[in-house]
Amino acid sequence: MAAMLEVNDINVYYGAIHAIKGISLTVAEGEIVTLIGANGAGKSTTLRTISGLLTPKEGTISFLGEPIAGVPAQEIVRRGISQVPEGRRIFANMTVMENLELGAYTRTDKDGVEQDYEMVFNRFPRLLERKQQAAGTLSGGEQQMLAMGRALMSRPKLLLLDEPSMGLAPLLIREIFNIIVDINQAGTTVLLVEQNANMALSIANRAYVLETGRITLSGDAKELAASEKIRKAYLGG
Amino acid sequence: MDFGSLLVQQLINGVSLGSIYALIALGYTMVYGIIKLINFAHGDIYMVGAYVGFFAITVLGWGIFPALIVSMAVTGLLGMVVERLAYKPLRHAPRISVLITAIGVSFFLEYATMYFVTPTPRTFPDVFSSTGITVGGFVVNGQQLLIFAITLILMVILTYIVQKTKIGKAMRAVSFDTETAQLMGIDADRVISITFGIGSALAAAGGVLVGVYYNSIDPLMGIMPGLKAFVAAVLGGIGVIPGAMAGGLILGVVESLVSGFLSSTFRDAAAFAILILVLLFRPAGIFGTNTQEKV
Repeated sequence: MAAMLEVNDINVYYGAIHAIKGISLTVAEGEIVTLIGANGAGKSTTLRTISGLLTPKEGTISFLGEPIAGVPAQEIVRRGISQVPEGRRIFANMTVMENLELGAYTRTDKDGVEQDYEMVFNRFPRLLERKQQAAGTLSGGEQQMLAMGRALMSRPKLLLLDEPSMGLAPLLIREIFNIIVDINQAGTTVLLVEQNANMALSIANRAYVLETGRITLSGDAKELAASEKIRKAYLGG
Repeated sequence: MDFGSLLVQQLINGVSLGSIYALIALGYTMVYGIIKLINFAHGDIYMVGAYVGFFAITVLGWGIFPALIVSMAVTGLLGMVVERLAYKPLRHAPRISVLITAIGVSFFLEYATMYFVTPTPRTFPDVFSSTGITVGGFVVNGQQLLIFAITLILMVILTYIVQKTKIGKAMRAVSFDTETAQLMGIDADRVISITFGIGSALAAAGGVLVGVYYNSIDPLMGIMPGLKAFVAAVLGGIGVIPGAMAGGLILGVVESLVSGFLSSTFRDAAAFAILILVLLFRPAGIFGTNTQEKV
Protein backbone atom coordinates (compact mmCIF):
# COMPACT_ATOMS: atom_id res chain seq x y z
CA MET A 1 0.00 0.00 0.00
CA ALA A 2 1.33 3.44 -0.91
CA ALA A 3 1.88 5.70 2.06
CA MET A 4 -0.75 8.37 2.71
CA LEU A 5 1.86 10.69 4.17
CA GLU A 6 5.48 10.56 3.17
CA VAL A 7 8.04 12.76 4.89
CA ASN A 8 11.35 12.53 3.14
CA ASP A 9 14.61 13.73 4.71
CA ILE A 10 13.33 17.12 5.95
CA ASN A 11 15.50 19.72 7.64
CA VAL A 12 13.78 22.45 9.65
CA TYR A 13 15.39 25.48 11.27
CA TYR A 14 14.24 28.06 13.82
CA GLY A 15 16.47 30.90 12.74
CA ALA A 16 19.95 29.48 13.25
CA ILE A 17 18.79 26.51 15.30
CA HIS A 18 18.73 23.28 13.33
CA ALA A 19 15.67 21.67 14.94
CA ILE A 20 14.98 18.77 12.58
CA LYS A 21 17.97 17.01 11.04
CA GLY A 22 16.91 14.84 8.16
CA ILE A 23 13.75 13.11 9.35
CA SER A 24 11.93 10.63 7.14
CA LEU A 25 8.73 8.86 8.08
CA THR A 26 5.63 7.40 6.48
CA VAL A 27 2.05 6.94 7.56
CA ALA A 28 -0.17 4.49 5.67
CA GLU A 29 -3.91 4.90 5.38
CA GLY A 30 -5.76 3.53 8.41
CA GLU A 31 -2.75 3.42 10.71
CA ILE A 32 -2.05 4.96 14.08
CA VAL A 33 1.59 6.01 14.00
CA THR A 34 3.24 7.61 16.98
CA LEU A 35 6.26 9.81 17.33
CA ILE A 36 7.77 9.55 20.79
CA GLY A 37 10.75 11.18 22.41
CA ALA A 38 11.86 13.53 25.14
CA ASN A 39 11.00 17.19 25.48
CA GLY A 40 12.74 19.19 22.77
CA ALA A 41 13.47 16.21 20.54
CA GLY A 42 11.58 17.87 17.66
CA LYS A 43 8.27 16.02 17.80
CA SER A 44 6.08 19.12 17.71
CA THR A 45 8.30 20.74 15.12
CA THR A 46 7.80 17.74 12.86
CA LEU A 47 4.00 17.96 13.22
CA ARG A 48 4.01 21.71 12.69
CA THR A 49 6.01 21.22 9.50
CA ILE A 50 3.54 18.66 8.19
CA SER A 51 0.57 20.94 8.96
CA GLY A 52 2.23 23.83 7.12
CA LEU A 53 2.98 26.14 10.05
CA LEU A 54 6.69 25.66 9.31
CA THR A 55 8.45 25.16 6.01
CA PRO A 56 11.31 22.70 5.72
CA LYS A 57 14.53 24.12 4.33
CA GLU A 58 15.32 20.85 2.61
CA GLY A 59 13.39 17.67 1.94
CA THR A 60 9.93 16.85 0.70
CA ILE A 61 6.57 16.02 2.21
CA SER A 62 3.84 14.42 0.17
CA PHE A 63 0.26 13.71 1.11
CA LEU A 64 -1.90 11.47 -1.09
CA GLY A 65 0.77 11.77 -3.75
CA GLU A 66 0.84 15.58 -3.81
CA PRO A 67 3.82 17.59 -2.54
CA ILE A 68 2.75 19.76 0.42
CA ALA A 69 6.00 21.19 1.84
CA GLY A 70 5.72 24.97 1.71
CA VAL A 71 1.96 24.93 1.16
CA PRO A 72 0.38 27.35 3.70
CA ALA A 73 -1.40 25.84 6.71
CA GLN A 74 -4.85 27.09 5.74
CA GLU A 75 -4.50 25.25 2.42
CA ILE A 76 -3.27 22.01 3.98
CA VAL A 77 -6.47 21.70 6.05
CA ARG A 78 -8.40 21.72 2.79
CA ARG A 79 -6.27 18.83 1.52
CA GLY A 80 -7.40 16.72 4.48
CA ILE A 81 -4.86 17.11 7.29
CA SER A 82 -6.11 18.51 10.58
CA GLN A 83 -4.02 19.23 13.65
CA VAL A 84 -4.89 19.21 17.34
CA PRO A 85 -2.16 21.56 18.53
CA GLU A 86 -0.04 21.18 21.62
CA GLY A 87 -1.69 22.77 24.65
CA ARG A 88 -5.07 22.43 22.86
CA ARG A 89 -5.17 26.09 21.79
CA ILE A 90 -8.94 26.37 21.87
CA PHE A 91 -10.47 29.81 21.26
CA ALA A 92 -11.10 30.47 24.94
CA ASN A 93 -13.19 33.62 24.53
CA MET A 94 -15.60 31.97 22.11
CA THR A 95 -18.31 29.43 22.85
CA VAL A 96 -17.89 25.69 22.45
CA MET A 97 -20.20 25.82 19.43
CA GLU A 98 -18.25 28.65 17.82
CA ASN A 99 -15.06 26.66 18.24
CA LEU A 100 -16.65 23.77 16.38
CA GLU A 101 -17.96 26.12 13.69
CA LEU A 102 -14.42 27.38 13.16
CA GLY A 103 -13.30 23.77 12.83
CA ALA A 104 -15.73 23.49 9.93
CA TYR A 105 -14.49 26.77 8.41
CA THR A 106 -13.33 25.18 5.15
CA ARG A 107 -16.54 23.30 4.52
CA THR A 108 -19.44 24.28 2.33
CA ASP A 109 -21.60 21.15 2.61
CA LYS A 110 -24.15 22.34 5.17
CA ASP A 111 -25.83 18.99 5.69
CA GLY A 112 -22.55 17.19 6.16
CA VAL A 113 -21.47 19.79 8.73
CA GLU A 114 -24.72 19.32 10.67
CA GLN A 115 -24.11 15.56 10.70
CA ASP A 116 -20.60 16.10 11.95
CA TYR A 117 -21.74 18.34 14.83
CA GLU A 118 -23.91 15.42 15.85
CA MET A 119 -21.00 12.99 15.44
CA VAL A 120 -18.80 15.20 17.65
CA PHE A 121 -21.51 15.60 20.30
CA ASN A 122 -22.08 11.84 20.29
CA ARG A 123 -18.41 11.24 20.80
CA PHE A 124 -18.06 13.99 23.41
CA PRO A 125 -21.43 14.32 25.19
CA ARG A 126 -19.95 16.80 27.65
CA LEU A 127 -19.43 19.28 24.84
CA LEU A 128 -23.15 19.16 24.06
CA GLU A 129 -23.98 20.09 27.66
CA ARG A 130 -21.60 23.04 27.44
CA LYS A 131 -22.42 24.07 23.88
CA GLN A 132 -23.10 27.75 24.63
CA GLN A 133 -20.47 28.09 27.34
CA ALA A 134 -17.25 30.02 26.78
CA ALA A 135 -14.59 27.47 25.88
CA GLY A 136 -12.18 28.98 28.41
CA THR A 137 -14.44 27.85 31.26
CA LEU A 138 -14.04 24.15 30.37
CA SER A 139 -11.81 21.80 32.37
CA GLY A 140 -8.53 20.61 30.87
CA GLY A 141 -10.00 17.30 29.73
CA GLU A 142 -13.03 19.00 28.19
CA GLN A 143 -10.76 21.45 26.40
CA GLN A 144 -8.82 18.53 24.93
CA MET A 145 -12.10 17.01 23.76
CA LEU A 146 -13.10 20.32 22.22
CA ALA A 147 -9.76 20.63 20.43
CA MET A 148 -10.23 17.11 19.04
CA GLY A 149 -13.85 17.74 18.10
CA ARG A 150 -12.85 20.97 16.40
CA ALA A 151 -10.16 19.17 14.39
CA LEU A 152 -12.65 16.46 13.35
CA MET A 153 -15.07 19.11 12.04
CA SER A 154 -12.90 19.56 8.94
CA ARG A 155 -13.49 15.85 8.26
CA PRO A 156 -9.77 15.10 8.00
CA LYS A 157 -8.26 12.07 6.30
CA LEU A 158 -5.23 12.41 8.55
CA LEU A 159 -5.47 13.66 12.13
CA LEU A 160 -2.31 15.04 13.76
CA LEU A 161 -2.41 14.97 17.56
CA ASP A 162 0.20 16.85 19.56
CA GLU A 163 0.52 15.68 23.18
CA PRO A 164 -3.15 14.99 23.89
CA SER A 165 -2.27 13.65 27.36
CA MET A 166 -0.55 16.86 28.46
CA GLY A 167 -1.66 18.00 31.90
CA LEU A 168 -4.47 15.47 32.23
CA ALA A 169 -5.22 13.03 35.07
CA PRO A 170 -4.47 9.35 34.32
CA LEU A 171 -8.14 8.39 34.09
CA LEU A 172 -8.82 11.14 31.59
CA ILE A 173 -5.75 10.17 29.56
CA ARG A 174 -7.18 6.66 29.31
CA GLU A 175 -10.50 8.11 28.11
CA ILE A 176 -8.84 10.37 25.52
CA PHE A 177 -6.74 7.49 24.16
CA ASN A 178 -9.82 5.26 23.86
CA ILE A 179 -11.44 8.02 21.83
CA ILE A 180 -8.38 8.24 19.58
CA VAL A 181 -8.71 4.50 18.87
CA ASP A 182 -12.43 5.00 18.13
CA ILE A 183 -11.71 7.84 15.76
CA ASN A 184 -9.13 5.70 13.99
CA GLN A 185 -11.52 2.77 13.70
CA ALA A 186 -14.11 5.10 12.19
CA GLY A 187 -11.67 5.62 9.30
CA THR A 188 -9.35 8.48 10.20
CA THR A 189 -5.62 7.90 9.99
CA VAL A 190 -3.74 9.20 13.05
CA LEU A 191 -0.26 10.57 13.58
CA LEU A 192 0.25 10.98 17.32
CA VAL A 193 3.03 12.84 19.08
CA GLU A 194 3.45 11.90 22.74
CA GLN A 195 5.78 12.15 25.69
CA ASN A 196 3.71 9.49 27.39
CA ALA A 197 5.40 6.70 25.43
CA ASN A 198 3.65 3.95 27.34
CA MET A 199 0.17 5.09 26.37
CA ALA A 200 1.18 6.00 22.82
CA LEU A 201 2.82 2.61 22.13
CA SER A 202 -0.19 0.80 23.58
CA ILE A 203 -2.54 2.12 20.87
CA ALA A 204 -0.19 2.64 17.91
CA ASN A 205 0.57 0.28 15.03
CA ARG A 206 4.02 1.70 14.42
CA ALA A 207 6.31 4.14 16.18
CA TYR A 208 9.28 6.40 15.56
CA VAL A 209 11.63 7.45 18.34
CA LEU A 210 13.00 10.97 18.03
CA GLU A 211 16.16 12.23 19.73
CA THR A 212 17.49 15.77 19.24
CA GLY A 213 16.09 16.17 15.76
CA ARG A 214 16.87 12.68 14.45
CA ILE A 215 14.96 9.43 14.27
CA THR A 216 16.96 6.89 16.24
CA LEU A 217 14.58 3.94 16.22
CA SER A 218 11.45 2.89 14.39
CA GLY A 219 9.29 -0.14 13.98
CA ASP A 220 6.29 -2.05 15.23
CA ALA A 221 4.83 -0.39 18.33
CA LYS A 222 4.49 -3.64 20.30
CA GLU A 223 8.07 -4.64 19.53
CA LEU A 224 9.40 -1.24 20.51
CA ALA A 225 7.43 -1.32 23.73
CA ALA A 226 9.11 -4.62 24.52
CA SER A 227 12.63 -3.56 23.62
CA GLU A 228 15.13 -3.09 26.41
CA LYS A 229 16.42 0.24 25.08
CA ILE A 230 13.00 1.86 24.94
CA ARG A 231 11.98 0.51 28.32
CA LYS A 232 15.06 2.05 29.90
CA ALA A 233 14.85 5.42 28.16
CA TYR A 234 11.14 6.13 27.96
CA LEU A 235 9.08 3.70 29.94
CA GLY A 236 10.73 4.06 33.31
CA GLY A 237 12.46 0.70 33.50
CA MET B 1 -29.74 78.47 31.41
CA ASP B 2 -29.64 76.91 34.83
CA PHE B 3 -27.14 74.28 35.82
CA GLY B 4 -29.39 71.30 35.07
CA SER B 5 -30.28 72.29 31.54
CA LEU B 6 -26.70 73.25 30.75
CA LEU B 7 -25.67 69.81 31.93
CA VAL B 8 -28.19 68.03 29.72
CA GLN B 9 -27.25 70.19 26.73
CA GLN B 10 -23.58 69.41 27.24
CA LEU B 11 -24.38 65.72 27.50
CA ILE B 12 -26.17 65.87 24.14
CA ASN B 13 -23.17 67.63 22.58
CA GLY B 14 -20.83 65.17 24.28
CA VAL B 15 -22.60 62.14 22.90
CA SER B 16 -22.39 63.53 19.35
CA LEU B 17 -18.70 64.22 19.67
CA GLY B 18 -18.21 60.90 21.44
CA SER B 19 -19.96 59.03 18.63
CA ILE B 20 -17.33 60.33 16.21
CA TYR B 21 -14.53 59.31 18.55
CA ALA B 22 -16.13 55.91 18.90
CA LEU B 23 -16.28 55.40 15.12
CA ILE B 24 -12.57 56.18 14.82
CA ALA B 25 -11.64 54.26 17.97
CA LEU B 26 -13.22 51.08 16.56
CA GLY B 27 -10.66 50.98 13.76
CA TYR B 28 -7.80 51.45 16.20
CA THR B 29 -9.03 48.73 18.45
CA MET B 30 -9.87 46.21 15.72
CA VAL B 31 -6.48 46.60 14.07
CA TYR B 32 -4.72 46.37 17.42
CA GLY B 33 -6.76 43.31 18.32
CA ILE B 34 -5.71 41.50 15.19
CA ILE B 35 -2.07 42.48 14.56
CA LYS B 36 -1.12 44.32 17.78
CA LEU B 37 -0.37 47.49 15.86
CA ILE B 38 -1.30 50.99 17.00
CA ASN B 39 -2.09 52.29 13.54
CA PHE B 40 -1.10 55.92 13.91
CA ALA B 41 -2.18 56.59 10.34
CA HIS B 42 -5.77 55.89 11.31
CA GLY B 43 -6.63 59.55 12.03
CA ASP B 44 -5.46 60.41 8.52
CA ILE B 45 -7.63 57.69 7.05
CA TYR B 46 -10.52 59.49 8.74
CA MET B 47 -9.39 62.74 7.11
CA VAL B 48 -9.29 61.11 3.67
CA GLY B 49 -12.80 59.82 4.35
CA ALA B 50 -13.97 63.39 5.00
CA TYR B 51 -12.43 64.55 1.70
CA VAL B 52 -13.92 61.71 -0.33
CA GLY B 53 -17.32 62.62 1.10
CA PHE B 54 -16.67 66.29 0.41
CA PHE B 55 -15.86 65.70 -3.27
CA ALA B 56 -18.76 63.30 -3.71
CA ILE B 57 -21.09 66.05 -2.48
CA THR B 58 -19.51 69.09 -4.14
CA VAL B 59 -18.14 67.72 -7.42
CA LEU B 60 -20.55 64.90 -8.09
CA GLY B 61 -23.46 66.69 -6.45
CA TRP B 62 -24.56 63.67 -4.43
CA GLY B 63 -26.65 63.66 -1.30
CA ILE B 64 -25.27 62.90 2.12
CA PHE B 65 -26.19 59.21 2.20
CA PRO B 66 -24.68 58.13 -1.14
CA ALA B 67 -21.65 60.29 -0.33
CA LEU B 68 -21.30 58.55 3.03
CA ILE B 69 -21.50 55.09 1.49
CA VAL B 70 -19.03 55.90 -1.29
CA SER B 71 -16.63 57.51 1.18
CA MET B 72 -16.77 54.39 3.34
CA ALA B 73 -16.14 52.14 0.34
CA VAL B 74 -13.28 54.17 -1.13
CA THR B 75 -11.61 54.78 2.22
CA GLY B 76 -12.07 51.16 3.25
CA LEU B 77 -10.25 50.19 0.08
CA LEU B 78 -7.51 52.72 0.85
CA GLY B 79 -7.08 51.15 4.29
CA MET B 80 -6.63 47.75 2.64
CA VAL B 81 -4.10 49.15 0.17
CA VAL B 82 -2.12 50.78 2.99
CA GLU B 83 -2.08 47.49 4.88
CA ARG B 84 -0.98 45.56 1.81
CA LEU B 85 1.81 47.94 0.84
CA ALA B 86 3.08 49.24 4.18
CA TYR B 87 2.29 46.72 6.91
CA LYS B 88 2.03 43.30 5.31
CA PRO B 89 5.71 43.16 4.27
CA LEU B 90 6.52 43.76 7.96
CA ARG B 91 4.33 40.98 9.34
CA HIS B 92 7.30 39.24 10.94
CA ALA B 93 9.32 42.36 11.72
CA PRO B 94 9.68 43.74 15.27
CA ARG B 95 6.62 45.70 16.38
CA ILE B 96 8.54 48.94 16.62
CA SER B 97 9.33 48.83 12.88
CA VAL B 98 5.65 48.58 12.06
CA LEU B 99 4.82 51.39 14.48
CA ILE B 100 7.39 53.69 12.87
CA THR B 101 6.04 52.75 9.46
CA ALA B 102 2.55 53.74 10.65
CA ILE B 103 3.86 57.17 11.58
CA GLY B 104 5.44 57.40 8.12
CA VAL B 105 2.15 56.43 6.49
CA SER B 106 0.46 59.11 8.58
CA PHE B 107 2.77 61.84 7.26
CA PHE B 108 2.46 60.48 3.75
CA LEU B 109 -1.33 60.65 3.80
CA GLU B 110 -1.32 64.14 5.32
CA TYR B 111 1.09 65.69 2.87
CA ALA B 112 -0.02 63.76 -0.20
CA THR B 113 -3.54 65.01 0.50
CA MET B 114 -2.18 68.51 0.97
CA TYR B 115 -0.44 68.27 -2.40
CA PHE B 116 -3.64 67.35 -4.18
CA VAL B 117 -6.21 69.51 -2.38
CA THR B 118 -4.02 72.35 -0.99
CA PRO B 119 -3.73 73.01 2.75
CA THR B 120 -6.62 75.50 2.70
CA PRO B 121 -9.55 74.33 4.80
CA ARG B 122 -12.68 73.57 2.77
CA THR B 123 -16.16 74.47 3.80
CA PHE B 124 -18.24 71.35 3.96
CA PRO B 125 -21.56 72.05 2.25
CA ASP B 126 -24.70 72.24 4.35
CA VAL B 127 -26.24 68.99 3.21
CA PHE B 128 -28.38 68.11 6.16
CA SER B 129 -31.16 70.30 7.45
CA SER B 130 -30.15 71.67 10.81
CA THR B 131 -33.68 72.07 12.06
CA GLY B 132 -33.45 69.77 15.00
CA ILE B 133 -35.97 68.65 17.51
CA THR B 134 -36.65 70.04 20.93
CA VAL B 135 -37.11 67.53 23.70
CA GLY B 136 -38.28 68.99 26.98
CA GLY B 137 -36.59 72.30 26.25
CA PHE B 138 -33.33 70.81 24.99
CA VAL B 139 -32.23 71.26 21.44
CA VAL B 140 -30.94 68.30 19.49
CA ASN B 141 -30.04 69.69 16.09
CA GLY B 142 -30.35 67.85 12.82
CA GLN B 143 -26.68 67.06 12.47
CA GLN B 144 -26.58 65.57 15.94
CA LEU B 145 -29.55 63.36 15.11
CA LEU B 146 -27.76 62.30 11.94
CA ILE B 147 -24.63 61.44 13.91
CA PHE B 148 -26.57 59.42 16.52
CA ALA B 149 -28.51 57.52 13.88
CA ILE B 150 -25.56 56.70 11.61
CA THR B 151 -23.32 55.71 14.52
CA LEU B 152 -25.99 53.50 16.01
CA ILE B 153 -26.69 51.78 12.69
CA LEU B 154 -23.00 51.21 11.98
CA MET B 155 -22.39 49.79 15.43
CA VAL B 156 -25.31 47.40 15.14
CA ILE B 157 -24.03 46.24 11.74
CA LEU B 158 -20.48 45.87 13.05
CA THR B 159 -21.61 43.90 16.09
CA TYR B 160 -23.65 41.64 13.85
CA ILE B 161 -20.71 41.05 11.51
CA VAL B 162 -18.26 40.32 14.32
CA GLN B 163 -20.59 38.12 16.38
CA LYS B 164 -22.66 36.27 13.82
CA THR B 165 -21.00 36.02 10.43
CA LYS B 166 -18.34 33.60 9.28
CA ILE B 167 -15.86 36.37 8.55
CA GLY B 168 -16.55 37.90 11.99
CA LYS B 169 -15.82 34.62 13.71
CA ALA B 170 -12.66 34.31 11.62
CA MET B 171 -11.66 37.81 12.74
CA ARG B 172 -12.12 36.89 16.39
CA ALA B 173 -10.21 33.65 15.89
CA VAL B 174 -7.25 35.36 14.18
CA SER B 175 -7.27 38.04 16.84
CA PHE B 176 -7.18 35.45 19.63
CA ASP B 177 -4.61 33.08 18.11
CA THR B 178 -3.46 33.61 14.53
CA GLU B 179 -1.61 30.34 14.18
CA THR B 180 -4.47 28.16 15.39
CA ALA B 181 -6.85 30.13 13.18
CA GLN B 182 -4.70 29.13 10.22
CA LEU B 183 -4.96 25.49 11.30
CA MET B 184 -8.75 25.91 10.95
CA GLY B 185 -8.21 26.86 7.31
CA ILE B 186 -8.58 30.62 7.86
CA ASP B 187 -6.49 32.79 5.54
CA ALA B 188 -5.14 35.20 8.19
CA ASP B 189 -3.80 37.69 5.62
CA ARG B 190 -7.21 38.03 4.06
CA VAL B 191 -8.88 38.48 7.45
CA ILE B 192 -6.35 41.15 8.45
CA SER B 193 -6.97 42.96 5.18
CA ILE B 194 -10.74 42.91 5.72
CA THR B 195 -10.26 44.19 9.27
CA PHE B 196 -8.35 47.18 7.94
CA GLY B 197 -11.09 47.71 5.38
CA ILE B 198 -13.89 47.72 7.96
CA GLY B 199 -11.94 49.89 10.43
CA SER B 200 -11.10 52.43 7.72
CA ALA B 201 -14.70 52.52 6.48
CA LEU B 202 -15.92 53.33 10.01
CA ALA B 203 -13.34 56.11 10.31
CA ALA B 204 -14.50 57.48 6.95
CA ALA B 205 -18.06 57.63 8.24
CA GLY B 206 -16.72 59.60 11.21
CA GLY B 207 -14.90 61.95 8.83
CA VAL B 208 -17.98 62.69 6.75
CA LEU B 209 -20.10 63.21 9.86
CA VAL B 210 -17.57 65.62 11.30
CA GLY B 211 -17.62 67.55 8.04
CA VAL B 212 -21.38 67.83 8.34
CA TYR B 213 -21.17 68.78 12.03
CA TYR B 214 -18.34 71.33 12.01
CA ASN B 215 -18.60 72.43 8.34
CA SER B 216 -14.84 72.57 7.87
CA ILE B 217 -12.24 70.04 6.80
CA ASP B 218 -8.49 70.28 6.18
CA PRO B 219 -5.62 67.83 5.51
CA LEU B 220 -4.40 67.91 9.12
CA MET B 221 -7.83 67.51 10.69
CA GLY B 222 -7.11 63.86 11.51
CA ILE B 223 -4.25 64.41 13.91
CA MET B 224 -6.11 65.47 17.03
CA PRO B 225 -9.22 63.26 16.64
CA GLY B 226 -6.86 60.39 15.79
CA LEU B 227 -5.05 60.85 19.10
CA LYS B 228 -8.32 61.31 20.98
CA ALA B 229 -9.75 58.15 19.47
CA PHE B 230 -6.60 56.36 20.51
CA VAL B 231 -7.24 57.58 24.07
CA ALA B 232 -10.83 56.35 23.74
CA ALA B 233 -9.65 52.93 22.59
CA VAL B 234 -7.19 52.66 25.49
CA LEU B 235 -9.85 53.88 27.93
CA GLY B 236 -12.28 51.18 26.81
CA GLY B 237 -9.57 48.52 26.68
CA ILE B 238 -7.59 48.29 23.46
CA GLY B 239 -8.60 45.32 21.34
CA VAL B 240 -12.11 45.23 22.83
CA ILE B 241 -14.85 46.37 20.46
CA PRO B 242 -17.54 47.39 22.99
CA GLY B 243 -14.72 49.11 24.89
CA ALA B 244 -14.00 51.40 21.93
CA MET B 245 -17.68 52.31 21.67
CA ALA B 246 -17.93 53.12 25.38
CA GLY B 247 -14.52 54.80 25.53
CA GLY B 248 -15.44 57.12 22.65
CA LEU B 249 -18.71 58.15 24.25
CA ILE B 250 -17.17 58.70 27.69
CA LEU B 251 -14.37 60.79 26.20
CA GLY B 252 -16.80 62.91 24.19
CA VAL B 253 -18.98 63.56 27.23
CA VAL B 254 -16.01 64.44 29.46
CA GLU B 255 -14.68 66.87 26.86
CA SER B 256 -18.07 68.54 26.50
CA LEU B 257 -18.54 68.86 30.23
CA VAL B 258 -15.08 70.36 30.60
CA SER B 259 -15.77 72.81 27.77
CA GLY B 260 -19.16 73.70 29.19
CA PHE B 261 -18.33 74.06 32.87
CA LEU B 262 -14.64 74.96 32.93
CA SER B 263 -13.22 76.26 29.73
CA SER B 264 -12.89 74.84 26.23
CA THR B 265 -9.15 75.51 26.52
CA PHE B 266 -8.94 72.56 28.92
CA ARG B 267 -10.76 70.19 26.59
CA ASP B 268 -7.70 68.50 25.10
CA ALA B 269 -5.93 68.48 28.45
CA ALA B 270 -8.88 66.57 29.91
CA ALA B 271 -8.64 63.93 27.18
CA PHE B 272 -4.96 63.32 27.73
CA ALA B 273 -5.33 63.46 31.50
CA ILE B 274 -7.74 60.55 31.08
CA LEU B 275 -5.07 58.68 29.11
CA ILE B 276 -2.53 59.22 31.86
CA LEU B 277 -4.98 58.19 34.59
CA VAL B 278 -6.01 55.05 32.72
CA LEU B 279 -2.41 54.07 32.11
CA LEU B 280 -1.60 54.65 35.78
CA PHE B 281 -4.55 52.96 37.41
CA ARG B 282 -6.16 50.61 34.93
CA PRO B 283 -3.83 50.00 31.98
CA ALA B 284 -6.07 47.27 30.58
CA GLY B 285 -8.94 49.79 30.23
CA ILE B 286 -12.53 49.54 31.40
CA PHE B 287 -13.47 46.41 29.48
CA GLY B 288 -10.02 44.91 29.13
CA THR B 289 -8.69 42.02 31.10
CA ASN B 290 -5.11 41.91 32.25
CA THR B 291 -3.34 39.42 30.07
CA GLN B 292 0.17 38.19 30.46
CA GLU B 293 2.24 38.12 27.31
CA LYS B 294 2.29 34.54 26.13
CA VAL B 295 5.72 33.09 25.56
